[in-house]
Amino acid sequence: MSTTNGTNGAQAAAVPAYTKKDFESGVDPRWCPGCGDWSIINQVQKVMPTVGVKRENIVFISGIGCSSRFPYYMNNYGMHTLHGRAPSFASGLKVSRPELQVWVMTGDGDALAIGGNHFIHCMRRNLDIKVVMFNNRIYGLTKGQVSPTSELGKKTKTTPFGSPDQPFNPPALALGAGATFVARSVDVEGAHMGGVLKSAAGHKGSAFIEVLQNCPIFNDGAYLSLTEKSVKADQLLRMEQGKPLVFGKDGKKGIRLNRETIQLEVVTIGEGGVTEKDLVVHDATREDPTYSTMMANLNQKPGFPTPIGVFRDVQRPTAEDLNAQQVQEQKAKSGKADMKTMLAGSDTWVVS
Amino acid sequence: MSTQTAAARKRQKIDTVTIRFVGDSGDGMQLTGTEFTKASALAGNDLATFPDYPAEIRAPAGSLFGVSGYQVHFSSKDVHTPGDQPDVLVAMNPAAFKTNLADLRVGGMLLVNSGAFTAANLEKAGYKSNPLEDPALKQNYRVVQVDMNQATEAALQGSGLSSKDAARCKNYYALGLMYWLYSRNEEQQVGAIQKKFAKKPEIAKANVAVFKAGYDFGETSEIFHEQYEVPASKLRPGTYRNITGNAATALGFAAVAKQTGRTVFLGSYPITPATEILHEMSYMKAHGVVTYQAEDEIAGIGSAIGASFGGSLGVTSTSGPGLALKAEMLGLAVIAELPLVVVNVQRGGPSTGMPTKTEQADLYIALFGRHGEAPLPVIAAQSPTDCFYAAMEAMKIAVKWMTPVILLTDGYLANGSEPFRIPDESELPKVEPKYQTEKNGPDGSYLPYMRDAKLIRPWAIPGTPGLEHRIGGLEKDSLSGMVSYDGMNHEKMVKTRAQKIRNVVEDVPDLVVDGPQQGEVLLLSWGGTYGSVRTTAEALRAEGKSVAHAHLRWLNPMPKNLGAVLKSFKKVVIPEVNDGQLAFVIRGRFPGVDPIQYNRINGKALKVSELKKRVLELL
Repeated sequence: MSTTNGTNGAQAAAVPAYTKKDFESGVDPRWCPGCGDWSIINQVQKVMPTVGVKRENIVFISGIGCSSRFPYYMNNYGMHTLHGRAPSFASGLKVSRPELQVWVMTGDGDALAIGGNHFIHCMRRNLDIKVVMFNNRIYGLTKGQVSPTSELGKKTKTTPFGSPDQPFNPPALALGAGATFVARSVDVEGAHMGGVLKSAAGHKGSAFIEVLQNCPIFNDGAYLSLTEKSVKADQLLRMEQGKPLVFGKDGKKGIRLNRETIQLEVVTIGEGGVTEKDLVVHDATREDPTYSTMMANLNQKPGFPTPIGVFRDVQRPTAEDLNAQQVQEQKAKSGKADMKTMLAGSDTWVVS
Repeated sequence: MSTQTAAARKRQKIDTVTIRFVGDSGDGMQLTGTEFTKASALAGNDLATFPDYPAEIRAPAGSLFGVSGYQVHFSSKDVHTPGDQPDVLVAMNPAAFKTNLADLRVGGMLLVNSGAFTAANLEKAGYKSNPLEDPALKQNYRVVQVDMNQATEAALQGSGLSSKDAARCKNYYALGLMYWLYSRNEEQQVGAIQKKFAKKPEIAKANVAVFKAGYDFGETSEIFHEQYEVPASKLRPGTYRNITGNAATALGFAAVAKQTGRTVFLGSYPITPATEILHEMSYMKAHGVVTYQAEDEIAGIGSAIGASFGGSLGVTSTSGPGLALKAEMLGLAVIAELPLVVVNVQRGGPSTGMPTKTEQADLYIALFGRHGEAPLPVIAAQSPTDCFYAAMEAMKIAVKWMTPVILLTDGYLANGSEPFRIPDESELPKVEPKYQTEKNGPDGSYLPYMRDAKLIRPWAIPGTPGLEHRIGGLEKDSLSGMVSYDGMNHEKMVKTRAQKIRNVVEDVPDLVVDGPQQGEVLLLSWGGTYGSVRTTAEALRAEGKSVAHAHLRWLNPMPKNLGAVLKSFKKVVIPEVNDGQLAFVIRGRFPGVDPIQYNRINGKALKVSELKKRVLELL
């Protein structure tokens, strides 16, 4: 095992056959009963043994908030940093140690309010960092104030007459910032979330995963209109690569592109001559983010379902690779300079 | 026509000269100054320089706020400052003349480009009549008027250059004249111009022609009755380069990377006057340096701490307002006990203050500017070349003691330059990062906060199997590093962290007193005022006065013998480019010692003449 910073030789060696238990730190999480965070950590701990990376090469970084206690409960390297600042810390770690798998665990307030600047820059740089944002649309740790994803008119302790502010649409924001992998899942859809996390782990580049997550204390039922059994099928649209966008109890509803308005619209198969062939076939690998952005904005209009799954998954050179390449090029040019030559630079004179 | 020839003229030997070149930003004054500096260095002089430029990138031509200057002090003796009052002022236009004349030594030479003293330029500078016609001027100074615009035009007649391009060459005329006056090697400069403009031969040719015209004017005109020569100084033998404080800081970190084989990671955000550190280090990728231009100051330090968590040697560079933004992250580095160097190139504050002007007013924020109990080591560099050693020393302390360290420099050091003797590797401070690779707990666990006898915690980095651990900004259990809300544990941790920083004193050398070891007056300085204060003390001792000088490199912890030194003198004078920050700290730490403050907060370095006058009043 090499403990120097540089290419870690151990990475190539066989990865042990881990179980979920290997990723549990043994510290009891201090989350409220019924919190969606439990489901998220359960899925993360289940997925980690399958990602093919040694435990000591995985790092979880967090900011501040309920979600950000996450690293303490994982049996990896971890750092609980400052409010909103996790992406900055993670970026320095990733640039200097590209061989590590770096995850940022954050909340809607942490990532999008105080950390908004770091978040967008983390996405646009395309460093291979996976940002999992727990979105409960409320400030939980400070006991119930509006967050940047709270809906217009939301009543909280700081907005007793209703929030006058428009909310962020997180996947659209990440896409706008240039994220190369953008996905959404829901706390109550464990298996779905596990799949999305696994895909993110395999993606090389900036990844953003929004997990819609319930806060039973300060925003209970925030997503009930999506997740309750009776409405779920009509409200959640599962995007699957290469498959048409269908949803609904009987799988008859679908999404079609209206070529006149250039808008996505909800249609019913069998009505007005609509067949499955008229539906949009989901493709997250389009380099141009227009389609992904349309999907990310789908649920902004009433009557439209909320898509879950992967909005975008494209390959671009990562910042850490481009940096490493520059280092190699510069080393090839002048890397052999000894200390004295380096200190001397180009313009010297001798005093004897 | 005079029959006097150059050969017949006396070549007069002098010890020390200070020249200031001033003109419009865009007139090429920085270039002129640096070229003259190189020539002085090659002639073997010791020297120091200070560029002084406006905050505006390119202020309107001829305006008072658009004046850019470059001062060089060269000597056959040791030089500690860029000089108080120029002996020669080269003024390229009325605005430069107006804003700088007061600094010129009475009796000094005033070389003006009279061609720029047009009605329009005079009006821009706020003159109702031409100040060159004031008879008082000639009584106070040796005035040399040359129409450099016309002379430049004449030298370039038939060159085919546009009049705009031709006008841009006139700084070389001034340079040529100074070369002649101080007996510099003309051919060397011609070679330098040809090299510099190798890709634009027509510009090279024009600059050479104008430079030679300036030189020849000195030779042939009868204005100058003597040429001067400043003999080589007795610099320590070795290979030298000229270096600014910022370049030296960058080189110090690159030397650490080279020496240790570890990555030095600079996370930074551009801010005047610290930006050049990021510039310089960005070119050092071949030498183990990784630079990261962060989205803001907070991300600059955040990324550096992240890199240190990963086992690299994290550095962030900034200036005052940037340090304010980094304060919360500094607290994280203190509680996480990770190595980090924060370079703060001080400038005029508060807020945006005077970004291109120097100040020493960030001592308080360096010592105390964090919430909670968060002590950390603070070191200040004393000269441009010392920035190199101070950077290495700061990193040595950071990795040995597992702590963030603040390195204070300032705009005066950052932009000023002096000869730097290239050291042998064996002369460099030894930086020795150590990683924990073994479990250290009694039950086969890893305890990230189990300390050694000096209270230093181990540094286990991601990638090390079996030592996986989680730390963060919440108070930690004194062994496991897990979150702890136990009040007594918190008290223990606060006291332990403070004691660890006090223990750093083992690496702090005793304060050295230059001059009498006891007596009338001790001048106590810190940081960038070293040169001015040292020169003042030496000048006063040369007059037989009992004036000693001691310079604090370490602001926290302070040298063990500081108290004893302070009590050995009847009067302690603390000169600072602030309103008395070190004086306040000394009063607090050494009750009974009441230093006399000497403060200048005008954006400029301390003037030897003014400080000397003040000390004489006290004697």
